[in-house]
Amino acid sequence: MTNLEKVAAIGAEVAGPAAASVDREARFPHEAIAALKREKLMSALVPKELGGMGVGMIELCAMCETLGQHCSNTAMVFAMHQIQVACIVRHAASSPYFRDYMKELVEKQFLIASVTSEVGVGGEIRRSICAVELSDGSLKLNKDATTVSYGEHADDLLLTCRRSADAASNDQVMVLARKGDFTLSNVGKWDTMGMRGTCSPPALVSVRGVDAQVIPDFATIISHTKVPFSHILWSGLWSGIAAGAVGRARAFVRQQARANPGTTPPSALRLAEVVSTLQTMRANVHDVAAECEALMNRSDQGTESLTSIGFGLRFNNLKVSTSQLAVQIANQAMLICGINGYKNDSPFSVARHLRDAHSAALMVANDRILATNASILLVLKDG
Amino acid sequence: MTQEKGAGMVDDIRAILAQHGRLSISGSELKDDTDLYQVGMTSHASVNVMLALEAKFDIEFPDRMLKRGVFDSVASIRAAVEELVNGAQ
Repeated sequence: MTNLEKVAAIGAEVAGPAAASVDREARFPHEAIAALKREKLMSALVPKELGGMGVGMIELCAMCETLGQHCSNTAMVFAMHQIQVACIVRHAASSPYFRDYMKELVEKQFLIASVTSEVGVGGEIRRSICAVELSDGSLKLNKDATTVSYGEHADDLLLTCRRSADAASNDQVMVLARKGDFTLSNVGKWDTMGMRGTCSPPALVSVRGVDAQVIPDFATIISHTKVPFSHILWSGLWSGIAAGAVGRARAFVRQQARANPGTTPPSALRLAEVVSTLQTMRANVHDVAAECEALMNRSDQGTESLTSIGFGLRFNNLKVSTSQLAVQIANQAMLICGINGYKNDSPFSVARHLRDAHSAALMVANDRILATNASILLVLKDG
Repeated sequence: MTQEKGAGMVDDIRAILAQHGRLSISGSELKDDTDLYQVGMTSHASVNVMLALEAKFDIEFPDRMLKRGVFDSVASIRAAVEELVNGAQ
């Protein structure tokens, strides 16, 4: 079985059957994450020489898309975890501490949560208020975060903070918090329209550790790794959500066609239309994923190209486009299925898909991204 | 390019950084090789710096130059501007 086939089996047999209860109860998709851990997929990005699978962007994106077809929450937790692993693999591989950590990750299949949000920075990931305190080789950090996805269910955390108490707000580093060395207290609830199983309430996080747990230069990490991986993997799973909704619309139209052989149901035309839109969406995701993987495989890891603002524009365009198409496609699927799509308890329901898809435009607000692109286009000529 | 013109160019670059770079340190603390992104310049601020440089020196940065490494210090900006100014002569 290939890795992707394993993921497809987990999607169909574990994540999919639990998706409705995860959504209804706003609970963590623990059974699907446990199944992914059993297949050692939490360390998919870890290089082979450290015991991982060394998968590339294209395959990882396909995994997120496949999971997204069955359970958006499982796919989002998986994607967010992989983004954290990518930051470690691509920016901390020269550190003995992190090489050991990656080997342990392979063995123990830790789930890593991201803590980038913070009260008081206005949603800007490139600004921090909290600062890591280093003294005599030890580390202390306290963070007041607005949203921590699956923090309670994670083994470890990867946080952003300022490099030191006297550093500028955007002079940031990342800190890995190890299980047992941090406390996380939720200070709010996560009762949302969609993506309910990501369990992302505001939380106060307090970390103790050693100075080797710091990964320097978040400015580089975000442009080389965090933005490419986030936008591509999210877009992959949003394509999955869209494909899941379209899958239900297809089943609905087939059922209508079987009821009256010889007559193409009117909804088949709308289905043809939405399948075409889905193909465009997927092609966009695959195109950027393939380009990114080719760059990252180069000897210089594509650093020059990935940090060019022309490439930044492409990543941003991908995110904005797929986040909008996910909603549009799920909505078209609902119109095809009619009342059966609107009902929560019908086999053709796309209500969950539609609610989950609406989160896409808000995860890094599209307006913020378009404002960045507007600024880029003031200087970019062709790219 | 004469040394005097080079010095004037660096002064102009520094003035533009002071006005648009949103740096967290003062102009006197800024060395030619200080990493501008480490001292507070955001991507958004760097775009304003590029626009001001294009206006001041009557140049257009080609897309190949629109990357972090070209705008991360006074010295690298100067090298890029010199290349474009000299290329236009």
